[in-house]
Amino acid sequence: MSRKKVESSIEGIIPYSGEGSTITIEGGAVCTQLGCAYNGDEAVAYAAKQSNVDVVAAYPITPQTIIVERFSEYVANGEVSTKYLPVESEHSAMSACVGASIGGARVFTSSASQGLALMHEVLYLASGLRCPIVMAVVNRALSAPINIHGDHSDMMGSRDCGWIQLYTENAQEAYDLTIQSFKIAEDKNVQLPITVNLDGFFISHSTESMKSIADEDINKFLPPRTPIYKLDHDSPISIGGMALPEYYYEFKRQQEEAINSAKPVVKNVGNEFGEMTGRKYGFFEAYEMNDADVAIISLGSTSGSVRSVAKKLRANGEKVGAIKLWMYRPFPTEELFSIIKDLKVLVVMDRAISFGAPYGALCSDISSILQNRDSEVKVLNMIYGLGGRDIPTTTIQQVFEESLHTAKTGEVKQRIKFLDMRE
Amino acid sequence: MVVLKNLSTEELYAPGHRLCAGCGPSISIRMALKAARGPIAVVNATGCVEVSTTIFPYTAWRIPWVHALFENQAAVASGLEAAYQSLEEKGKRKGKVDIIAVGGDGGTFDIGIQAISGMLERGHDIVYLCYDNEAYMNTGIQRSGATPRGAATTTSPAGKVIPGKRGKKKDFIGICAAHGISYAATASIGFFSDYIDKMKKAIEVDGPAVVHVIAPCPLGWRSNPTETVKLAKMAVLTGLFPIYEVNDGIYKMSMKLGRLLPIEEYFKLQGRFQHLMKPEWKNEVEEIKKDTEKHYKKILRLAGEKIT
Ligand SMILES: Cc1ncc(C[n+]2csc(CCOP(=O)(O)OP(=O)(O)O)c2C)c(N)n1
Ligand code: SF4
Ligand SMILES: [Mg+2]
Repeated sequence: MSRKKVESSIEGIIPYSGEGSTITIEGGAVCTQLGCAYNGDEAVAYAAKQSNVDVVAAYPITPQTIIVERFSEYVANGEVSTKYLPVESEHSAMSACVGASIGGARVFTSSASQGLALMHEVLYLASGLRCPIVMAVVNRALSAPINIHGDHSDMMGSRDCGWIQLYTENAQEAYDLTIQSFKIAEDKNVQLPITVNLDGFFISHSTESMKSIADEDINKFLPPRTPIYKLDHDSPISIGGMALPEYYYEFKRQQEEAINSAKPVVKNVGNEFGEMTGRKYGFFEAYEMNDADVAIISLGSTSGSVRSVAKKLRANGEKVGAIKLWMYRPFPTEELFSIIKDLKVLVVMDRAISFGAPYGALCSDISSILQNRDSEVKVLNMIYGLGGRDIPTTTIQQVFEESLHTAKTGEVKQRIKFLDMRE
Repeated sequence: MVVLKNLSTEELYAPGHRLCAGCGPSISIRMALKAARGPIAVVNATGCVEVSTTIFPYTAWRIPWVHALFENQAAVASGLEAAYQSLEEKGKRKGKVDIIAVGGDGGTFDIGIQAISGMLERGHDIVYLCYDNEAYMNTGIQRSGATPRGAATTTSPAGKVIPGKRGKKKDFIGICAAHGISYAATASIGFFSDYIDKMKKAIEVDGPAVVHVIAPCPLGWRSNPTETVKLAKMAVLTGLFPIYEVNDGIYKMSMKLGRLLPIEEYFKLQGRFQHLMKPEWKNEVEEIKKDTEKHYKKILRLAGEKIT
């Protein structure tokens, strides 16, 4: 790790916290003994650096730009041994990642919004060719109208691309899950690409206190990739041939089995990571769910706001809880069912519209896992925050209060609602 | 220079694939692999060659081969090269592999040109090979940016008012050479030793190199499968497809033609030009001749040859 001592008096560097603490620069971030101040993008770039990536191919787009800029600096300063390809489009970025991955390399990239949309066909190629590529998706709205701010339309638009999809609440989680992602994707039973989603601006551009991990510990946690198949002179195989109707279906079924077999891997890796850092991960985080009547489930940065409101209401004696979903694909069907089945009301927050569909994407998933099962839980869908519209805690509190009322009366007025919408 | 006697007898491209009888692109691949100087890997774009050589669970490739998509072969090859380099530097693999990215004219002139441009600009040590059968054959003979003026395809049909494809064939090698790469060349499967020599040079060059080879398609050109090689020669001799090299920006003709063969001789043998044989399109043929001569003279001029 390149730790550079910096005098705390240097102009422009504000000690993040702590009295009289030593300030260091770590992966471009300002650090004290208590932690480093990174924004989400920097945290991800640093995680990729520490994960000893062999090849990065990327293309800039707001709000992901900082990731590629930081990484370019690492390369320019000789701090990484990564081959970095500054390609001419996201389509080529993902294509080069596929080429590098089948060549046996550990591969990282990141994108957002239009960039992810431009990659769309290559995303299916990456999963179909079983390339364990890690991509940070800095979630941003899709055009038109053009908007650079955070929502989940981009990732939801590529929801069925066969990638494992993780969502993060803050810079710390973005950092932690980026490191874990390599281990998950490259597991011999998985061999699939993975996205680490972080909300554009809310996470990517917010500077937060964060704990980084020592290089030595990461090296122990994450050994170099050992590919099962790779394209090289000593293995003259053909990859990506044509599968006609008599074979194609089986290929796809195997892919479905692979993504489902990622579940125990995500869990084990999350546990192992917890042992190393004290920060344990899994499919989702359940907050005060044991005796809750009403709960909100959400993805990404909103989860923090939901938890803080739930905490406040709990203090008033309300039986509310919160679920933060880390792993969206594969969907943790059984585990989620077991914690929502006894609720009276579950509110599902969707930060994207699935145009013309009965619900937002997450709510459709939740509704479908309740099918043909023994549960009386009423499901309400809240669409919110598109194009980066803020979701204040007052709105979340209102949602909780209305849902508590629904829980009491059993009466559902509106199954789907557009929060804070100028009607 | 490669002559039949010293041509490698090793077949890296196995028989039994499902390309048509008399398929020019198939010949172009078999010959290209005879230029190998050592381990070689191919990154193949979607198209006839890819589709017909690797129908699962079979493959005609005795070398590492990958197909990704229709337009990203240059980018996939870039990533593969980066992986080899990175792993080599870290001591995780050993041995030079020459990477050849292969695309049809559609995957090259049209949809793949951006990724090719990126690959050339970044300076990857990759050979780009375009086999040019002058249309999207795999999807049923649709026009491409490489389809010559006047050729009838299913999306540029010979109609009552429009006699086949409008517009000229793109100067792909000119575009590549403009990137300042060390080696770019056109070739024809009709002149195999010249073609294989060019592939050898392209492989030897450090950095990106491009070879554009004309490869007739009997199905799409509506020609006799026995005349594929003959047509590949005639394409050159009519001046329609001049063969030349561009070494560090310096053009050099590969074959000096005295008088150009009349294009009617070439057109006569192909269904795609039959409509032009009718008297009402006489003028169109004259225009094509003018275009051809102009382009041919341009190349001669670039090569510093006397123009007669
Ligand atoms: C993005 C995309 N658009 C369209 C296609 C359909 N497609 C497959 S091959 C092909 C034409 C290939 O033409 P060319 O590159 O000239 O190769 P050929 O078939 O002539 O060998 C087309 C249009 C595709 N596979 N991908
Ligand atoms: S259609 Fe043309 S290019 Fe395709 S396999 Fe047949 S002859 Fe070859
Ligand atoms: Mg073609």
